Formats: sequence, C-alpha cells, structure tokens
Amino acid sequence: MAYSNKVIDHFQNPRNVGTLDKASKSVGTGLVGAPECGDVMRLQIEVDDATGVIRDAKFKTFGCGSAIASSSLATEWLKGKSVDDALKIDNMDIVEELALPPVKIHCSVLAEDAIKAAITDYKKKNGVEVADEATVA
Amino acid sequence: MGVRKIYLDNNATTPCDPRVVETMVPYFFEHHGNAASRNHPFGWEAEEAVDYAREQIAKLINADEKEIIFTSGATESDNLAIKGVYEMYSRKGNHIITVKTEHKAVLDTCNKLEKHGAEITYLDVQADGLINLAELETAIKPNTIMVAVMWANNETGVIQPMKEIGQICEKHGVLFFSDATQAVGKIKTHPRDVGVHLMAFSAHKMYGPKGVGALYVSRKNPRVKVTAQLDGGGHERGMRSGTLNVPGIVGFGKAAEIAMQEMDQDAARLSALRDKLEQAFLHEMEEVYVNGNVAHRMPHVANISFKHVEGEGLMMTFNQEIALSSGSACTSASLEPSYVLVALGLGDDLAHSSLRFSLGRFTKEEDVNYAIEAIKKGVNHMRDISPIWEMYKEGVDLTKIEWAAH
Repeated sequence: MAYSNKVIDHFQNPRNVGTLDKASKSVGTGLVGAPECGDVMRLQIEVDDATGVIRDAKFKTFGCGSAIASSSLATEWLKGKSVDDALKIDNMDIVEELALPPVKIHCSVLAEDAIKAAITDYKKKNGVEVADEATVA
Repeated sequence: MGVRKIYLDNNATTPCDPRVVETMVPYFFEHHGNAASRNHPFGWEAEEAVDYAREQIAKLINADEKEIIFTSGATESDNLAIKGVYEMYSRKGNHIITVKTEHKAVLDTCNKLEKHGAEITYLDVQADGLINLAELETAIKPNTIMVAVMWANNETGVIQPMKEIGQICEKHGVLFFSDATQAVGKIKTHPRDVGVHLMAFSAHKMYGPKGVGALYVSRKNPRVKVTAQLDGGGHERGMRSGTLNVPGIVGFGKAAEIAMQEMDQDAARLSALRDKLEQAFLHEMEEVYVNGNVAHRMPHVANISFKHVEGEGLMMTFNQEIALSSGSACTSASLEPSYVLVALGLGDDLAHSSLRFSLGRFTKEEDVNYAIEAIKKGVNHMRDISPIWEMYKEGVDLTKIEWAAH
C-alpha cells in the first residue's frame, strides 16, 4: 500500500518526538493501544497552568507509518491550543489531513484517544472534574 | 544515480532467470502452437516443447514425466490435490489432516470442504514450527483419507520431517499431500523418497515465470487419482482441462533444469549470507529473536523479530531500497498479525515485530551488507520513538501493564 506524501513526511521527520516529565503537575500523559494490537501511542502535553494553553506536546509511538504520522500530527495541532479546543480534535480531521485509507482509520482513532487520555490525566492531576466520555476505553 | 533496490522477498516471488526468459521467447510467436493440436507442425512443436519441459521438471523431483500435471500455479495445484482427492476417495472417508501453519491455499480449501461435509483436523505446531509426529499419528482415524503437510513454510522456512510423516501415512494407508512450493528447486524434494503421493509447486518461486505450476500425482505404488476441478477438453490425462501455457511451461522446465544444476551451490552461498545477516542482528542488537527451528530450515530464509518495534513501521524506514515482508498485519482490518507466527506461540507483540528475509539466486553479498546496516539503523530509529522500548529500558514489566486493547 502506498502512503500519502504527508504520512511519509511525518514518518521521516516526526515532529515532537520525546518525553516530558510525567510526574510534573502540568504534564498530562496518555498511553493508548496495546503491543499485541501492533499500536501503542504515548502522547504528552504540558499545559500553562495560568492560561490553560498547551505549551508543549511530545509523543512516542510503536506502530506503523500511519500511526506514527497520526501522533506526530496530533502533537503539532496540540501546541498552542487551549485544553478545551484540543478536546475538539476529531479523528476524521487527522484522516483527512493525512489522507489515510480506510484500513488505517484506527490509527487516527488511537491518536484522538491519546489526546483525550492525556487531557484527562492532566485534569485529574489538577483536580478538574472529568467527564466520563473523555476517559479512554 | 538511482535509488538502490535490494530484493529480499524471494519467498513472495523470484525474478525470472534471464536464461529462462530467453528459452520462453520463441514460444510466444515463432512456435505459438496449441499443444493439443494434433494435426499440424505448430501443434507438434508445442507438444514437443511441453514434453521436454515435463521431463526437465520430472527429473528435478525424480519422478516419471507422466506424474506431472501442469496447472496455473501452486494455489490451483493445492485446490486440485485436496478437492480432487476428497471427491475421488469419498467412499473411503471424509477426514483430512492438515496443519495450522499451512498456506491459505491449503487452509481455505480445507475450510471450503468442511462446508461440504469434510472433517478436517488442523494440527498445532510446536514452538519451533515443527509438527508433533505423535499428534499426527493419533489424529489418523479409519475415515482419514489424506494428510496435507507443507514441505517448507513460506514465512519461517521451517522444513517439516517429511520422511517420518511419510512413514506414518504409509503405515496407516492414507495419502500424503505436500505443498512444496517453497522447497522445490531450492532443496532436494523427491516425493517418492519420503512417501509423498501428491506434491504442489510453482515456477515463479524457483526463478521461472508466474502463472504456471504443477501437481505431482503418484502413478504407481500407489496409483493416485484426483477428480478434475476444471471441466473441458480433458488435457493433462483428464485431471486438468485447459489449453497448456506453453511458454510458461517451457520456462518452468528450464527453471527446473537450472535449479537441478545450481541448487547446491545456491543453497550453500545463500545459507552463508543468511547466517551472516542473522548473526549481525543477534550479536549487535538487543532483544532480537529468530522465529522457527534453525536446524530444520530453508537455507535462504530468516524470520526475525525486533522486539518493541512494529514491523510495518520498521519497513517504512527502508522500503524505498529494501524489499521484504513483515508478520505484522497492520493493513488488515482485523489487526491480526501472521497466523503462522501466532501458531508458533509467539506473542502477538513479537509477531507484529517480525521481518521475513528471503534471499535468492540474485542476492549479492553487498546487498546483504547494505541491508544489515539499513535495518539496524531503522530498528534503532524506531526504538528511539517507541514508548514501549523506553519503558523496557526503564525496567518496566510490560506484561504487567493494563493495555487498552482496541
């Protein structure tokens, strides 16, 4: 299967690979997927406590090219967004931006799940009420 | 300067040897006859060419040329053998024994027969990919008509104990069919020596053209018959109707002849290169595992898992230059990794992390050297961006984590 140029670009030059201090109160970590399924994404956000804006975002992903590209793109989109706006990122936006084929849609779903999981983690750490749907199954 | 292209996927298909291509060319235009045209020189020439190829192929497997039935490829041969025996021997019984690691052309054919009343036993394999002979023998029942076990596995290269299986079949009076697609032309495959009664194989896995294969059907001790699956002009002694693919068959014959002459030297050279590749990964990297029995294995194949790296993603780091296969099935809707590796008892995580290297006659040492470096670089890069590699390095027990399976 041929990948889109955008997937290849994110794969070859992944943005924001790395690790933030998960113990920090201003960092939210989302770890989704499972090794047995062939996809594990870890997405982290660092939030400016005063403004609620995401200052930094990092990822590491075990998975195929589309999974890596989806998480790389997610970190790009997260930076500079408010936490509330970040929650509005929909997996279909990722599918569209990266021109993912139907068999790779699950990669985008996983990225959306990772975003929500990271935000949930951040909110929990900071004593913010978390709606049930934000937790990742 | 073009992009370097290294082909290490010879179990998928092999390049057609230029000597084979050269032999085929006159049979497209000059000698274009139908081998079944009995009344003019065009037909005679074609028939003669087919007869010659049949001899070349029979020699390779030490069989009589009348025991070779030409087909469109190994998938058709598998279908003809299994469905053909099932129909022909229905009065004797309806039970067929096969193995979970067989090619889909065997497994899906068996599944289909199950819907038509066949009873199929799918044997497990041991951790090294070999079947358990005692289990095979126990599985044989009075209504068993056939045992279907592949000679060598396409994913792992593991070679089954053919002779022992043959003896068990002989003892119980059941037919032994083998899909030998990955073995013929690469290692010695003489069906009569090991008690195989039907054997499927294909030209394009042995440096011949695509679209042509054969089914060996034993003609004496025992005389085996299969019910034709294609009805028509009664070609191939009534077992497979359809105008013969003369250029393909001519090429298949030439490929068999070359294989017979060069098999041993190819095998020695390729196993040395394969070992070099495998050792480089095993010695220079952490968490690398070889899948399948290494003592009973095709000389040109290595199936290796690079833990904490996903195979398809890994391939993307070098697939512009190096062609090979992965046991990861990230493209399939089911997300299931290779059923062959899973049958070996590999965890799904290791199956997702596997690469299959299959070298071939045209693989050069410099290709292997280049591949070693490119793949090491790729694995290291993918591990750098892998969260589970980071966790592993931090000493986290990954089996204790509650993963959110999706």
